[in-house]
Amino acid sequence: MESESKRKKESPNTAELAVTASFPDEVLEIVLSLLTSHRDRSSVSLVCKDWYRAERWSRTQVFIGNCYSVSPEILTRRFPNIRSVTLKGKPRFSDFNLVPPNWGADIHAWLVAFAAKYPFLEELRLKRMAVSDESLEFLASNFPNFKLLSLLSCDGFSTDGLAAIATHCKNLTELDIQENGIEDSSGSWLSCFPESFTSLEVLNFANLTSEVNTDALERLVSRCKSLKVLKVNKSISLEQLQRLLVRAPQLEELGTGSFLQDLTARPYADLESAFNNCKNIHTLSGLWEAVPLYLPALYNSCANLTFLNLSYTALQSGEFAKLVVHCPRLRRLWILDTVEDKGLEAVGSNCPLLEELRVFPADPFDEEIIHGVTEEGFVAVSFGCRRLHYVLYFCRQMTNAAVATIVQNCPNFTHFRLCIMTPGLPDYLTNEPMDEAFGAVVKTCSKLQRLSVSGLLTDLTFEYIGKYAKNLETLSVAFAGRSDRGMQCVLEGCPKLRKLEIRDCPFGNEALLSGLEKYESMRSLWMSACNVTMNACRRLAKQMPRLNVEVMKEDGSDDSQADKVYIYRTVAGPRRDAPPSVLTL
Amino acid sequence: MSTTPLEHDYIGLSESSSVPRSSDKLSYSSSSSSCTEENYTSSNKACLNFKETELRLGLPGSQSPGRKPSHGLSLFGKDIENNNSNSNSNNTNGYAAPSPLKSLVSGAKRGFSDALDGVSRNWGLSINGKPDAELGKGAVLYSPRGGLDDKCKIMKEVDVLPLSPKPVQEKKNQVPALNENEPTSAPAAKAQVVGWPPIRSFRKNTMASNLVKNNDAAEGKSGSGCLYVKVSMDGAPYLRKVDLKIYSNYMELSSALEKMFSCFTIGQCDSHGLPGQDGLSESRLMDLLHGSEYVLTYEDKDGDWMLVGDVPWDMFTETCRRLRIMKGSEAIGLAPRAMEKCKNRT
Repeated sequence: MESESKRKKESPNTAELAVTASFPDEVLEIVLSLLTSHRDRSSVSLVCKDWYRAERWSRTQVFIGNCYSVSPEILTRRFPNIRSVTLKGKPRFSDFNLVPPNWGADIHAWLVAFAAKYPFLEELRLKRMAVSDESLEFLASNFPNFKLLSLLSCDGFSTDGLAAIATHCKNLTELDIQENGIEDSSGSWLSCFPESFTSLEVLNFANLTSEVNTDALERLVSRCKSLKVLKVNKSISLEQLQRLLVRAPQLEELGTGSFLQDLTARPYADLESAFNNCKNIHTLSGLWEAVPLYLPALYNSCANLTFLNLSYTALQSGEFAKLVVHCPRLRRLWILDTVEDKGLEAVGSNCPLLEELRVFPADPFDEEIIHGVTEEGFVAVSFGCRRLHYVLYFCRQMTNAAVATIVQNCPNFTHFRLCIMTPGLPDYLTNEPMDEAFGAVVKTCSKLQRLSVSGLLTDLTFEYIGKYAKNLETLSVAFAGRSDRGMQCVLEGCPKLRKLEIRDCPFGNEALLSGLEKYESMRSLWMSACNVTMNACRRLAKQMPRLNVEVMKEDGSDDSQADKVYIYRTVAGPRRDAPPSVLTL
Repeated sequence: MSTTPLEHDYIGLSESSSVPRSSDKLSYSSSSSSCTEENYTSSNKACLNFKETELRLGLPGSQSPGRKPSHGLSLFGKDIENNNSNSNSNNTNGYAAPSPLKSLVSGAKRGFSDALDGVSRNWGLSINGKPDAELGKGAVLYSPRGGLDDKCKIMKEVDVLPLSPKPVQEKKNQVPALNENEPTSAPAAKAQVVGWPPIRSFRKNTMASNLVKNNDAAEGKSGSGCLYVKVSMDGAPYLRKVDLKIYSNYMELSSALEKMFSCFTIGQCDSHGLPGQDGLSESRLMDLLHGSEYVLTYEDKDGDWMLVGDVPWDMFTETCRRLRIMKGSEAIGLAPRAMEKCKNRT
C-alpha cells in the first residue's frame, strides 16, 4: 500500500495527480459507498491510504467467512460504521456430525463488541454459529434499530430466545430460522410480537415443530402489510393456511404447512381461490406430507413459480410429473429422489429455464433400496434444461458416459456436486473409476467454482482438477484418491482455491506440507480420517504463524495420528475458546 | 447389471398408487411373511409360483445365502430411528444398542479384509467422538494407506460386492429396525459411516421422523389419519391392506373388501340390515354362515379372533389389528358366541 501511494506521487501524469489530490474524502466515500461487492471493496482498500480510509468509513456491510479469521476488536477498529454483519462459524463438515460439540464459534463475544461499537446494528446473518438464548436476549435488548435476523444451521438456542426477539425488536423486518439444532419447546414465541408491531416483511419458521397460536399468527399476518415472505411450519393445517393467504395476497414467497388434511369440496375450493388470489408468489416450499389430491389447488400459482422446494415432500413420479407440467418458468427446483428418473424426465420436458436442481435422497441410509434416481434422470434433465448451472445430485449409480453427456449439454456449470452414495463405487456399467466423469466436468465447465466428487476415484481425477479447474474455489473430496499426488495436484493447480475439505482419503504428510504456501491464500483446509500425523501438523504450524492449525482429538485413538485437522488463515492469532478436544498447534 | 431392472419390476409399485412408498414397501414385505405363517392348502403351490415370479417367501427369520453380516461392504446401513428419535440434531447418527453393533462393526471389518485378500487398505469406520458411545473403543479407526500396486484390479474385486444381486428378502430385513411387531433375525444394524452421505442433521432427522410415522400407521397403531390393517383371505396367494379410517361403517368396509377379493361374498348381508345398525343381526349372521362360503373375522388387540360385526364400528376400528377372511367351515366355532351376544343385545 505504501509503495503504491509512492508510485502515484512519482507518476509523470500530473493532471491525474492533481485530480487525486483534490478529491475530497466525502465525495470518495459517497462513490465508494456504491460498491457492494466485498471483493471490490477489498481491492479498493488496497489502492492507497486515502482510499483505504474512505473505504473503511463507507463500509456498512461486512462478510466474514470464518469467524476465527478475525477478532471482534480488529473488525470494529477497522470499520466504524457497520450495520450489517454476516458470520460463518464451524467448518462445513459440522453439518454431518464430524465436529465435536462445544467446538466454538460462539456469537456472544461478537455481540458484546457490537453493542459497544455498533449500537446501530441492523442486520445479523449467522451460519453454523453457536447461539444461546442469552445471546438472543442480549441482541434483542441492545440494538434498538435491529431489523434482520437470519440463523442458518446454528445451534444452542431455544424458542425462548426467539420469544425475546419477538418481544423486544420493535423494528424487526426479517426473522429467518432455518435448519437449526434448537430446542423447540413451545410455539408461544410467536405470540410475543406486540399488537403494535407491523414491520415484518419476512417470517420463516418452517423448520420449527411446535404448534404456534394460529390466532396470533393470523393477526400478525393481517397487520403486517409489507409481509412478502411467509414460511410456516408443519403444525399449520390447510384450512389455517387458507385463512392466512386470504389476509396476505401480496405474498411473494410461501412455505405451506402440512398439506395433509381431509378437505371436503367447499374448503378445497376456498383454498384454491386463496392461492389464485396470491398472484405474486414466485417461491413455494413446505408441502409437508402432501397428499397429491390437493396439489391441483396450486396449479394456477405454479405458472409464475421460479423456485419450487419440494425437498420435504415425498412425491411419486406420476404425481410430481402432473405438478411440474404447470411450472414452465421454474428456475430453481429442489426435490426428493422419490420422483425417480421419470419425474426428472418430466422436469427436462417442462422446465427449459431451469438453472438449479437439487435432488435429495429420501432414504439415504437404505442400501437395499432400488428406487431413487439414477444417471438417466440427470441426463434427461440435461437435455431439456440447457441453462442448468447448479446441481446437487444424490444417486446410487452413475457412469462416466452419462456425466460426459451431461456436461456436453450444460457446459455452464458453476456448481457441480455429485454424491454417489456408496463410497468408492465405480462406473456401474464399465466398472472403471469415475475419473473420466469429473475430468469431463472440469475440462468442459470452465466457469466451475464448486465441485464435490464421489465414487471410485484415482489420482487421475485430481490431476484433471489441477490442470483444468482454474476457477475452482471450493472442493469437497471423500473416499477418493490413491496417493499424496492427488492432493498435491490440486494444491498446485487451482489458483483460486479457497476451501478444501477432505475426508477418508489416503493423503498424508507430504501432501499436507506441499500446500504450505498455498494455505494463506485459502480460507480453510479440512482433513479428516486421512494419513496425517501430529508431527507434520506441528511442523506446519511452526512454519506458518499466520495459520491456525487445529487438531480435533478423539478419545482412545493413536496419539501420533491427527484424526481431524482444520487449518485456516487468521489475523487474530490462535483462538482462546477452544474446548479440550481441540488442540491448537 | 441385469439384476437392478429385475428388482424394479419385482417391486412393481405403480405410479398411481397413492400410498406412501415406505408403507407400501412394508405391506409387501409383511404380506410375504404372513403368507407362509398361515396354512393354506394351496399355499405351497402359490408360494412356489411366486418363486417363479421371483418372490422370495422364506419364513420370517430365515436368511437367504449370503446375507450374513460379513457379506459385502457394510459401510453404512440403516439409521436406527428408535434410538435417534430423542436426540437433537447435534448428536451423532443413531446407533443400535452398542453391543450388537460392536460385534457387527468388527464383523464388517473382517468381511472386508477377507474380500480384499490381505490388501492393507480398508475403508475405516470412523465413529464420532461422542463420549457415551462405547463403540468409540470397540470400533476400528484406521486410515487407508496409499501407494498400493495394482490398485485398479483390487478395487474392482472389492467394488463388485456392493453391486452383487441382493435377494428381495433383504428388503424385509430393514423392517425390524423400525417395526417392533415383526421380529426377524436380520442383523440389528449395518455399520454406518459417520457423516455419510453428507446430509444435514436437520434433514436427516426430519426424514427419519416421517419414516417412523409412516411405519406406525402401517402397523395399525393410532397414527395421524390412517389405520392400515392387513387383510388375508384363505386360499389367496397374497394379502392386502386397508385403511380402516376411510370407512365409516361395516357396510363400506365389506363392500371395499368385496371389491378387493372378488370371491368374497359377505357383501350379501349389507342389503338386509336395518339402517343405522352397527352390528350384524342374528338373521344376517345365519345367512352368512349357511349361505356363503366365507366369513369375515378379525384379530383384536388381545390376540383373539372375533367375528366382524359384533361391536360398534368405532370400537371395532380401535381394537382391530388384522382381518381374515376365513372359510365358513372354520368359522363355525365362532358362531355360538356371536349369536349369544346378539341375543343378549336384542
